[in-house]
Amino acid sequence: MQFQKGKKRSENMNKEGQGSSREIVLPGDLLESGGRMKAGAGTYVQDGKVYAAQVGIKSVKSNFVNVIPLGGRYIPTPGDSVIGKVVDIGPSNWLVDINSPYPAPLHVNEVPWRVDFGDTARFMNVGDTLLAKVLMVDETKRVQVTMKEQGLRKLQGGQIVEISYSKVPRVIGKGGSMIQMIKNMTNTRIFVGQNGRIWLDGEIENIVFAIRAIRMIEENAQTMRLTERVKEYLESVCKPAPAEDAESR
Amino acid sequence: MKLISDDGIRYDGRKVDELRPIRIEAGVLKRADGSAYVEFGKNKVLAAVYGPRECHPRHMQNPAKAIVQCKYNMIAFSVGDRKRPGPDRRSVEISKIISEALDYVVFTENFPRTSIDVYIEVLQANAGTRCAGPTAASVALADAGIPMKDLVPSVAVGKVNDQVVLDLQKEEDNYGQADLPIAMIPRTGEILLMQMDGHMTRAEFDRAIELGVGACKRIYDIQKDALARRYTVEKTEEEPAEEAPSEQEG
Amino acid sequence: MKMARAVMSEIKRDHIHKLLAKGRRVDNRAWDEFRPISIQPGFSETAEGSARVRIGNTDVLVGVKMTVGEPFADTPNKGVLSTNAELIPLASPTFESGPPDEHSIELARVVDRGIRESQMVDLEAMCIEPEKEVWIMFTDIYVLDYDGNLFDAAFLGAVAALKNTIVPAKDNDKGEDFPLPIRHFPMSVTAVQIENSILVDPTLDEEKVAEARLTVTTDENGDLRAMQKGLAGALTLDQVYKVIETSQRLGNDLRKLIG
Repeated sequence: MQFQKGKKRSENMNKEGQGSSREIVLPGDLLESGGRMKAGAGTYVQDGKVYAAQVGIKSVKSNFVNVIPLGGRYIPTPGDSVIGKVVDIGPSNWLVDINSPYPAPLHVNEVPWRVDFGDTARFMNVGDTLLAKVLMVDETKRVQVTMKEQGLRKLQGGQIVEISYSKVPRVIGKGGSMIQMIKNMTNTRIFVGQNGRIWLDGEIENIVFAIRAIRMIEENAQTMRLTERVKEYLESVCKPAPAEDAESR
Repeated sequence: MKLISDDGIRYDGRKVDELRPIRIEAGVLKRADGSAYVEFGKNKVLAAVYGPRECHPRHMQNPAKAIVQCKYNMIAFSVGDRKRPGPDRRSVEISKIISEALDYVVFTENFPRTSIDVYIEVLQANAGTRCAGPTAASVALADAGIPMKDLVPSVAVGKVNDQVVLDLQKEEDNYGQADLPIAMIPRTGEILLMQMDGHMTRAEFDRAIELGVGACKRIYDIQKDALARRYTVEKTEEEPAEEAPSEQEG
Repeated sequence: MKMARAVMSEIKRDHIHKLLAKGRRVDNRAWDEFRPISIQPGFSETAEGSARVRIGNTDVLVGVKMTVGEPFADTPNKGVLSTNAELIPLASPTFESGPPDEHSIELARVVDRGIRESQMVDLEAMCIEPEKEVWIMFTDIYVLDYDGNLFDAAFLGAVAALKNTIVPAKDNDKGEDFPLPIRHFPMSVTAVQIENSILVDPTLDEEKVAEARLTVTTDENGDLRAMQKGLAGALTLDQVYKVIETSQRLGNDLRKLIG
């Protein structure tokens, strides 16, 4: 009996639930007994039958039955974009909390600056926030992150909010529709890390509105008409863009 | 002391094979990763799960899997005479057997070097708290999103006035002849926690197991109902994102 | 219980400061506004008195147990008050198991001082036989969920629990049970100072950013009964007066919640 891990989370998250109803499953629930479907992510096999291993939504995709988790901690996968917080400093690395069970070292070779030995604190200090990418994860889950890619950097200003990583897809919405709407209506810059941390920057009033919209999504992630309700909320607090206003009449 | 009437009615009005009223709620604490509240009659038990998280102290880390560390504790005013705060030998033993029972259901190999910390606080005790403990804790583990085989319902069966009775309450526990707490996975019949003290014949033991297994199935349904209520899904109108959220900055 | 160090994000710290510069708080409350409060008296049947108090996401359970014992030599005709607080690891990822640390000891002592110095309980009426037997009252405070302002949550809980305490005289062969004799009605209000702003009922994030904290306990007449300044910052006298006046005003509102 072994827990089935998904190859990559995003593969299992997309396009699920097409045409079928969303069925909540709990650990121990029987998902498949006829041997027609294979055990996917969030499941396990016992005596030839597939059972749910997590609280989540049952999803069937190309002959695999999966459970899309509704909670749990973020487990890093190489390539994930994450928002980290520096929690400790060494002479040649920073220790970064990426909201997962595993703190991730960031070595001086993996930053876009030339850092002399012992000079790390001059670049980033404890409490600083950064945009990073998961570089590698070994089989004992030792994690390394990097900032050596375009766009990765230390974040300054704005505000950070934390949500469950399992709700990240809902905050982003289909094809980025939800987050785009929040960005447009509040005129803020927003970056959503796959580890459930969200960075927002802009006018402070607008940041507050955007955070409230994100909290609405977090609390009502499984409910109907979410996009419309978030839109209604933002319309009630943000000044409408004049051009759009004219168009709608 | 006569605890069962001639027509088979117990001290608190129950029949010999009847459970106390059980109430379970999942997700009751904000800070914890997962939590549950359980009432078994007058027992009130709160369980919280933190983790998987970095394991401290470091020498406890296992490079191949997570360790499950349960701490069972009775609060000072949970019993008749005030209990001095802090662990005692009884709570250390109970913490150990519950940790072991929960370890079996968690897919610990998924989270090497971490610990999954389970805290069980008995807010009010009336016999059977070591069974309310894993009942609450396994719901809290599921609520924390931790991959696991199944939930772990638990109940005590005992012997009172020479009769085998289900789910002892305080007076029956104090004056009874035997106590047999069990925890199990009902679907597979696997026993994950078992203790016994007192005096039972083999026939009485068999009867006790029969009552206990039946009760665990009923408790299991109540556990699942609590989780289902917490995670009720209305039909959603849209699909989650297709793209990884890496190009989200505008 | 021990409290582990948690690193506060600089961005979150700056955000609190920037909002304060506009006279706003992260959760949009006024500076002198408490989060929603709920009080559940009599939560425990095994305690002689109890209450569960929630202030926002902070959740505290307080119980009173009583026993007969010997008085202290210097107060031979008075009952004994004893207050203990447990920051159990169930309540926060930063609480660790172990014997009480400075945080839980300070919390217990501040609550104890407010109860004791206000003479809330008539301790002389809790004497059974001078020099020999008095009632001993243990007030145990358990933090169940930690999101800031433990002082006021614990104090509200302790006051509510004492107010519904029934002295178990019968079980101790000391006559008929009776309600704990209450003389006064103290209430505490805690505020923090962040960049010269005073904020009542701080959340955990506000506590992490705060420079100084002041708890003021007043009685039903508005008189001062106990105070505690905490954290490594300073307060001006004007700020102290402001917290005192706020405590007097809000204390009356909080008393109405207990009744």
